[in-house]
Amino acid sequence: MEVILNGENLKLSEEIVYVSDLLEYYKLLDKVVVIEVNGEILNKVDHQETLLSDRDRIEIVHFVGGG
Amino acid sequence: MLKIGPYSFQSRLLLGTGKYPNFDIQKQAVAESESEVLTFAVRRMNIFEANQPNFLEKLDSKKYTLLPNTAGAKNAVEAVRIAKLAKASGLCDMVKVEVIGCDKTLLPDPVETLIATEELIKEGFIVLPYTSDDVVLARKLQELGCHALMPGASPIGSGRGIINPLNLSFIIEQATVPVIVDAGIGSPADAAMAMELGADGILLNTAVSAAKDPVKMAKAMKLAIEAGRLGFEAGRIPKKRYATASSPLEGMSIG
Repeated sequence: MEVILNGENLKLSEEIVYVSDLLEYYKLLDKVVVIEVNGEILNKVDHQETLLSDRDRIEIVHFVGGG
Repeated sequence: MLKIGPYSFQSRLLLGTGKYPNFDIQKQAVAESESEVLTFAVRRMNIFEANQPNFLEKLDSKKYTLLPNTAGAKNAVEAVRIAKLAKASGLCDMVKVEVIGCDKTLLPDPVETLIATEELIKEGFIVLPYTSDDVVLARKLQELGCHALMPGASPIGSGRGIINPLNLSFIIEQATVPVIVDAGIGSPADAAMAMELGADGILLNTAVSAAKDPVKMAKAMKLAIEAGRLGFEAGRIPKKRYATASSPLEGMSIG
């Protein structure tokens, strides 16, 4: 499927079905990240149950230094 | 003791985590500051370089309370979204509401700050709005139920210190929640002055991270804030126009 991930058009491999698959693919499972799919913010417990679909807009954010 | 909502802190210094020369210096500076609250920003991750180290990973997260900011937000809707993203991490429920209304001065948008604060309080956040030194705005935010007020001393990162001590003291006088002076602190003297005015705490970043020796400056700020607070509690003497001798005038054996 094709998605927009952090503003970039990407073709995801077929094994990526759930949000947690996406995190595993990008080696983010151990990182502190927050995912938003089509404007909906997911809690961590939802990652394994949230299906991704073609044309989804996915945002992966994290904490960076700031004041 | 600094109490913000349900949280209590020994330290009155809240430290920003931006712009340090490297993680090692940053870690030492955080330790020297003895801060218990660290601020962070929320940003898109570069997923293609996910292995890039992140300062948060280098911290004992149980030791610190995270205070994410909504920096980057230009309006209340964006600020609320950033706050919710931060909270979804499961690591924090406090938020510094920061809605910038002017790119040149980085001064906050009071109207959008007020709207975002109201919404985030409804959503159950512990809300610390960053504002200019406007007394009426501070009162309105307080009436909404914000958990601390964060008036700026001067523009973000300017290091100009407290440009309007009178306004700041008005805000402090009428406050029923802690007042944390945020932004513009340049030197330990500025921090001590804010504390002597009666502020409950200081949030600073650039004054430490961009100092020639950030580790030493972190310690200097800690000591200045402690000294300023003690001075405030001790009660300074009134200023007089003319001298008053410190030594007795009687019993002089000479002359």
